[in-house]
Amino acid sequence: MLRKLFSYMKQYKRDALIALICVSVECIFELIVPLLMADMVDVGVANGDRAYIFEKGGWMVLCALLALVLGIGSARFAARCGQGLGANLREAQYRKLQSFSFSNIDRFRIPSLVTRLTSDVTVIQNSVSTGIRPLCRAPVMLVMATGAAFFINKELALVFLVALPVLGFLLFEIVSHVRPLYARMQGAIDPVNRIVQENLTAIRVVKSYVRGDYERQKFEQVNTNLQSESEKAFGLASMNMAAMQLVMYGTILAILWFGGGSIRTGRLQVGELTGFLSYVLQILNSLMMISNVFMMLTRSMASGRRILEIMNEKPEITEEKARPVFVEHGAVRFDHVYFKYSKNAEEYVLSDVSLEIGAGQTVGIIGQTGAAKSTLVQLIPRLYEATKGSVLVDGVPVQEYPLAHLRDAVAMVLQKNTLFSGTVRDNLRWGKEDATDEEIGEACRIACVDEFIGRLEKGYDTDLGQGGVNVSGGQKQRLCIARAILKRPKVLILDDSTSAVDTATERRIREGLARSLPDMTKIIIAQRISSVLSADQIVILDDGKINAVGTHEQLLATNEIYQEIYRSQQEGGQL
Amino acid sequence: MAKYVGYKRPKNTKKALKNLLRYLGYHKWLLLLVAVLVAISSGANIAGTYLIKPVINDYALKGDIPGLIRILLGMAGMYLCGVAATFFYNRLMVRTSQQVVTEIRRDLFSHVQKLPLSYFDAHTHGELMSRFTNDVETVQEALNGSFSMLIQSFLVLTGTVSMLFVLSWRLSFIVLVFLIGMFIFIQYNGKCSKKYFTRQQAALAQVNGFVEEMVAGQKVEKVFNHEQQDLEEFIRRNEALRQASTSALTWSGMMVPVIVSMSYVNYAVSAAAGGLFVLAGLMDLGSLASYLVYVRQSAMPLNQFTQQVNFLLAALSGAERIFDMMEEKPEIDDGDVTLCRVRRNGDGSLTECSEYTGSFAWKQGEELTLLRGDVRFENVVFSYTPGRRILDGISLYAKPGQKIAFVGSTGAGKTTIINLINRFYEIQGGRITYDGIDVRRIRKADLRRSLSMVIQDTHLFTGTISDNIRYGRLNASEEDVREAARIANADSFIRRLPEGYDTMLYGDGSNLSQGQRQLLAIARAAISHPPVLILDEATSSIDTRTERLIEKGMDRLMENRTVFVIAHRLSTVRNSQAILVLEKGRIIERGSHDELLAEKGRYYQLYTGQFELE
Repeated sequence: MLRKLFSYMKQYKRDALIALICVSVECIFELIVPLLMADMVDVGVANGDRAYIFEKGGWMVLCALLALVLGIGSARFAARCGQGLGANLREAQYRKLQSFSFSNIDRFRIPSLVTRLTSDVTVIQNSVSTGIRPLCRAPVMLVMATGAAFFINKELALVFLVALPVLGFLLFEIVSHVRPLYARMQGAIDPVNRIVQENLTAIRVVKSYVRGDYERQKFEQVNTNLQSESEKAFGLASMNMAAMQLVMYGTILAILWFGGGSIRTGRLQVGELTGFLSYVLQILNSLMMISNVFMMLTRSMASGRRILEIMNEKPEITEEKARPVFVEHGAVRFDHVYFKYSKNAEEYVLSDVSLEIGAGQTVGIIGQTGAAKSTLVQLIPRLYEATKGSVLVDGVPVQEYPLAHLRDAVAMVLQKNTLFSGTVRDNLRWGKEDATDEEIGEACRIACVDEFIGRLEKGYDTDLGQGGVNVSGGQKQRLCIARAILKRPKVLILDDSTSAVDTATERRIREGLARSLPDMTKIIIAQRISSVLSADQIVILDDGKINAVGTHEQLLATNEIYQEIYRSQQEGGQL
Repeated sequence: MAKYVGYKRPKNTKKALKNLLRYLGYHKWLLLLVAVLVAISSGANIAGTYLIKPVINDYALKGDIPGLIRILLGMAGMYLCGVAATFFYNRLMVRTSQQVVTEIRRDLFSHVQKLPLSYFDAHTHGELMSRFTNDVETVQEALNGSFSMLIQSFLVLTGTVSMLFVLSWRLSFIVLVFLIGMFIFIQYNGKCSKKYFTRQQAALAQVNGFVEEMVAGQKVEKVFNHEQQDLEEFIRRNEALRQASTSALTWSGMMVPVIVSMSYVNYAVSAAAGGLFVLAGLMDLGSLASYLVYVRQSAMPLNQFTQQVNFLLAALSGAERIFDMMEEKPEIDDGDVTLCRVRRNGDGSLTECSEYTGSFAWKQGEELTLLRGDVRFENVVFSYTPGRRILDGISLYAKPGQKIAFVGSTGAGKTTIINLINRFYEIQGGRITYDGIDVRRIRKADLRRSLSMVIQDTHLFTGTISDNIRYGRLNASEEDVREAARIANADSFIRRLPEGYDTMLYGDGSNLSQGQRQLLAIARAAISHPPVLILDEATSSIDTRTERLIEKGMDRLMENRTVFVIAHRLSTVRNSQAILVLEKGRIIERGSHDELLAEKGRYYQLYTGQFELE
């Protein structure tokens, strides 16, 4: 998994390598300093050789300065490679995301996708930037310092052969036990956050049902559970400090004991003993660092896993079967189409739908909430893929068109539509990047945008803000229709996209579409019968199956569901 | 290991600290105990180093083996105390910090429950959520580690520096100069890091905002083949973030190696100078040896100390935001009229009882008034923000059992009116009465219990479908739940779910369609048997045919109840006793469906499709 993540380092591999080299060499310089010091004290001071003292002192300062330069270099390159990796991971995820089909997106859910692209990557990139140093330093330190200790005095260095495995074992035990505890703690955090989140979004429900006490009880339970889980995890993790001290002190005592004896017999110099003692901290500290890096890795692994889940997800819609064919007329045919959202789902959302829509026809689709009207039309531009059966445009299965071309030819105004931050004009240009003012004006006339554009503060240059907050629901729907018309598609799908527009304006939009774009196939999903009244054919979808197809008159005469809908709306004055 | 240094600062450090200390309460004494243990632990560490000198000079060099054994045993005992102290203060600190943050979370949660809705309107969920996550977490981390590390590094630093002075006060000036140099560097580095981290935060917000917008608008992006343009924009923002964060991490990553190198220069200079001192007879060899060990030890605690101060300040700024939130004024609730169950006696008098009879009464002192559901507004004036009046002198009445409907554009004040009945907001002028009692005199919990609301945005909770319906009446039986679901016509779709009533809902019921969620919200309201029912666009996502199917159930639900209905769809409101047409905070028409049609006013225009709502 680490290898997979690090493979995204790409052009920053060089930086990683330089950082590693800097850290290692820096380490070596740092280790030479105590050796020089031992020499200075034992040779220079003992012999009263001032020149020697100055010479060694000079070398020590030089080593320290070189270490400084390398240290700054390592910080720079470690930052470059960590943040570079982060940038690459974000971009790779973003590209991957763009290749996702709706069912891929549905599976991850939007908030979770955003977290994966942002905070999860931040965790990884910072672990790399700050982790390179200890991760590389610790083993170098360990080996070099132990080597140096052996070089100074072999017998005394044997102490480390006992101390290292003992500390290693203790730290390993702690880390391996803490790991599952952290996972459990994370599991305990989720319900706490969930309940807080729910209480924030549903505060009106909580207050109006006076369920404050009930919610507090629920919270109390998960809160105390989190307390005990994190007490366990952090409590165990905090033990490594005591373990480290225990072994370090033991080692110091052992060195003083054995070293003290050797000094008496003259087998060891005072300077050597001092140098030796300074290695104790370095050697044991490096082990401690390794265990810390592992702890950190454990926590960032969770983020890494979540990122890889995105990268490993197979986009369900591919262009494998694409060949250079183009939509010319815009006739649509459903041939025994079945659909379900996930393979594991038991029931089909659409079953056995067969439908013929001629080029240039206007077709209305009507049906109950949950009848799968939106799902049906989303199969045409391949936003979802039919599970069984085939969807054909101009007699060619949709899979055989290049995806970009298919979606250019089939424009769709979604039920839950989005405008983006930017001006009205920016948003309209989504339909056609280089649209002239005339083209925009024409599309806006058809969609009845011209009726209100003059009333907006700066006309086409009005800033919409995120999600198009500065226009009303009905205005937003009309803008979305204009945006789709600008594409000059062969097939236009309006998915309940005039629900907030009054019936009179809606009629004008319908008439405009029929007059200005007569050859375009129009598929209209609607709640109101008035929206589909004049369609060439009306499809009644009920529970994922086609219940009836016919004109308004035919259906009103024969179809029970249609009659019922008609009656329910007649009373509401919506006809 | 270099941790991420927080650069947020509290606005009023003193006050935040005082608040936190007051909050710690009896935990304060535990912190004191921790401080003592930290002192023991660091004392053992420093003293051990100090003893190296006598060990070498007085025993090892002299060959005094029994003496060496004695002093080493003494050191061992001291070290053991140190280790034990380390062990206990770490444990104690973890315990205390977990207890404290658990209490903070608990108190914060209860307080949030009591805050008025205006507070939630003025703050985003993300912002409030971040009190519970980020801010609590920084406080926890500071308590977990920073507090003890701060004391420890401070003690070690002062201990080491004083030892240096004890061993050789002349040599110590060298160390002092270097320490001051390091301190200046740390300050400077902190300032630079802060600058770049602020930039990084800004760049991150740019990327986050873009990703959020694009992920949410994914379907539109696909439909319009807009991937390439968006990718380019993303790459631009991503690159800006990479540059900003590389600078930030470079600065913060530089700190430790620079300090280490400076300490080595310090070490070299001290060693050379010390060597000369020994030659000059100003110092003995053993002293130099342990002196140099102290020199090496002096840099790290300084570095640690400044880092911990940063952490602690960041935590204090988190604590400050938490306390600010806790100091927010809760909803006003000074009513003394309560609601109770009553039995109606043959002579028309009422007796309070504990079982459910279907009758309720308002209780003022000993006086009982039967709850009938008569709601009146008298000249009510209201605005969310001063200066922008939403309701401008609204007067209306709903007699017991009447169905009153509100019709009007978005922003006309429909939802506001019903939010005033249950006192989600406080009115600025006029009076609202409930069975003749001013609603301000009724205890809020009782007032709200007497009303049942189905609000515009349906919210469901994680749990089973049964749990969610039962939210309306916690002790409802399984049969009650089914009955309520049948009233809302939700029973049939629930039974078709894989686990029926036991199907788990996650993430606000996102596994259900909007229409299905609304049906559940209606069932939830139905089960609570409220005397007054409020339906705010309760069926907006339900198609007209299904709406007709639930009509019968709804009629049963509304029977003998005062009902307030808001609907955008006129078929939903046409059979109301009174329809109120609102425009810009005023009632412009009132009457039954037929009366209003005959008036040929705004309602007529709406009904005939000549006027657009929204």
